[in-house]
Amino acid sequence: MLIKINGLEEEVAVASLSELLTARGIDPAARFLAVAVNGTVIRRSEWGSKSLGPGDDIEIVKPFSGG
Amino acid sequence: MTDPFLIAGTPISARLIVGTARYPNQQVMLDCLEASGAELVTASIRRISLEGYAESLVDLLGGRYRLLPNTAGCATVRDAVLTAELAREALETNWIKLELIGDRELLYPDVEQLVRAADELVRKGFTVLPYCNEDPVTCQKLADVGCAAVMPLGSLIGSGLGITNPAAIELICSRSPVPVVLDAGIGTASDAVLAMELGCDAVMVDTAIAQSHDPRRMAAAMRAAVEAGRLARLAGRIPKRRFAEASSPQLGLVGS
Repeated sequence: MLIKINGLEEEVAVASLSELLTARGIDPAARFLAVAVNGTVIRRSEWGSKSLGPGDDIEIVKPFSGG
Repeated sequence: MTDPFLIAGTPISARLIVGTARYPNQQVMLDCLEASGAELVTASIRRISLEGYAESLVDLLGGRYRLLPNTAGCATVRDAVLTAELAREALETNWIKLELIGDRELLYPDVEQLVRAADELVRKGFTVLPYCNEDPVTCQKLADVGCAAVMPLGSLIGSGLGITNPAAIELICSRSPVPVVLDAGIGTASDAVLAMELGCDAVMVDTAIAQSHDPRRMAAAMRAAVEAGRLARLAGRIPKRRFAEASSPQLGLVGS
């Protein structure tokens, strides 16, 4: 299915949010990560159960330097 | 002498707040944070790179500071609120430095959207510190919707122009029901002194330290400046006079 990850459209074959993170080489246990799907933050405890569908818009963020 | 500085009831040990961006390298940043004496330091929230390693700011800071995430660069209420919510999830803090930019070149706040976003975030349980215009009415509106502090700009972000409207800053400080943190535009230590003398509760500095010729020295200078300005504010300046007033005794003058 086609989804959008951090602004880029990609074809993926995953069922859940945690599967997507793992498939992208992101350790779902890594600290200081946050994820939103379609403008709603998904709590870490729900990453495993959060199913994804075609057209979903996913933001994966972490803290960087800032002023 | 105790002179507590509180935001939303939380004591903050230093009245200088520093940014973590634009330093020549990570070691200089860490040295500067140390030299600044700051407790509160700002961070941004950005999309992770999907390829390769990226620095972990939080690991680098090692739990020694209280992180204040920002919504820098956000231009809509929706993006600012979502960024704040992501920051809360990533950093487990409900504190947010709210920035809502109305002009990409000037980085000037979009006041109308800023107040709306602040209102929404306060309702969602955030402790909101908004970067705002040096305008007493805007600051009042932000306090009215429940912001924990206001952060009026001294001048444009990164400009180093100092405080271009000191009378407005002084007015804001004299009327604000919440702490006033001078944000943006500080160029050198004297600007930070002035901010504190005008009545600001704290000063936020990033570029003036990070981009100076010797950031470690400037961090120390800013720390001293904020302390000096605060002491001077508490001590109270003498009134300005139009004529001289001799400081040495007038009696016993030789030859009189």
